[in-house]
Amino acid sequence: MGATSKPAILSSSAMFGSMSTLNNPNLLKMSYYFTILSPTDTPLFNIAFGTSKGGGDGIARFRFPETAQYMNQFIIHSSLDILEEAQWTNGGMYLKHIDTYPPAAAYITAFLTPSGARFLLLHQPPHLPSSTSTSGSIGSSSLLGTAGSTTRASSSSIAANPTSPQTEEAVRQFMNEVYESYVKTAMSPFYKQGMEIKSPVFRSRITAAGKKWL
Amino acid sequence: MAAPHRHATMQSMSNGGISSGSDRPQQHSQLSQQSPGLRVPSNRKTIYDRHLNRTRTAELSRASFAFLFGEMVTYAQRRVTGIQDLEKRLNEQGYPLGLRLLDLLFYRSTSTSSSALSSSSTSSSPPNRPLRIITLLHLIHGPLWRLLFGRAADALEHSVSPDTPNEYMITDNDPMVNTYVSAPRDMSMLNCAAYVAGIIEGVCDGCGFETKVSAHNQPTELWPSRTVFLVRFGDPVMEREKVLERAGVK
Repeated sequence: MGATSKPAILSSSAMFGSMSTLNNPNLLKMSYYFTILSPTDTPLFNIAFGTSKGGGDGIARFRFPETAQYMNQFIIHSSLDILEEAQWTNGGMYLKHIDTYPPAAAYITAFLTPSGARFLLLHQPPHLPSSTSTSGSIGSSSLLGTAGSTTRASSSSIAANPTSPQTEEAVRQFMNEVYESYVKTAMSPFYKQGMEIKSPVFRSRITAAGKKWL
Repeated sequence: MAAPHRHATMQSMSNGGISSGSDRPQQHSQLSQQSPGLRVPSNRKTIYDRHLNRTRTAELSRASFAFLFGEMVTYAQRRVTGIQDLEKRLNEQGYPLGLRLLDLLFYRSTSTSSSALSSSSTSSSPPNRPLRIITLLHLIHGPLWRLLFGRAADALEHSVSPDTPNEYMITDNDPMVNTYVSAPRDMSMLNCAAYVAGIIEGVCDGCGFETKVSAHNQPTELWPSRTVFLVRFGDPVMEREKVLERAGVK
């Protein structure tokens, strides 16, 4: 498969590179889905938001239709196996980019608290206007990867390339801020580990952290 | 004084802000911005507005700790029949504390300078999660003990018996929890440091090391309340330990 389809991807990526110079602002806006899972895989907290940096409006626009938003959760949970493998080889709390789901061009970044709660962030670049057919959308994931590296020089590279060092650093800052709020939640005597986090203050803190770093 | 005010405002919210809310319009609007049903302390500081780092002046008095701990032991004792049961209850009270302390400990060692993670906190790299048994035990022996009691534990030993390679011992010559506890003669087996054993168990479990921890009296002439915490790791942990050792994970 690779031998025949590769030239096609290369040529279309060059085309995409020229497209991004057209300054279409929509192309650089990432959609994020953030979730906190307990050590026993219970979802404790969910939030969806979009890029706020560089004039983003902070609204998530995922590739799935409104009725299929569960796909985000599906993709995030499917990365848990990889996370549990990485957790015993890397002692850091921030595990960086751990998984990619190419059919949806979804990138998963993970942060693990010492007590075993997992913070997972899914980033998804927006849908390409050009790729309308179903066969084209599968190719578009690899397209975006190469396109991101061509536009890395641009200022808003956080949104452009999900695996660049700048993005990893921004997500790290975001995760650290979430961690601070999470520890505060966990220290509350009315909170037991594994309980859903319902506090509206917590939610607003996460939203603010997302606005600040992503 | 603060509580009646808040009640007045809450009331006025529920009946449409007609009557008593008019004299405090500002507070009213602030409250209605928050979602309904959320109770905010009178100084408007939620737990998310307070910082988690301990200052030098914020240490608790030993007397209040001793009083609280004494009450906890009494509370547990009222509901049990035997010493083992009592120790189990104390253990269970310590367990959730261990889980919390773990997160707090890492948070505090990550942000040593200030509570604000905002600008220049990138200089110090955060500590690693313990992956191996020895790193975990050192974490308990050193940082955790210092967080709880202000000093490191006195000894950390591995079982010499070849039958029990999964047993480790942490020794405290003079556990602070037992300073003001003297067990009656017929309960001489009891060691209230079972509470601390529960904390250790919580920390180990939180890190993914399934463990049973128990506290035992081992008095010496010099240290009459010397306590040994026996840490027994489960079989899955020992198996994983072997795999990690082969893989060269530190």
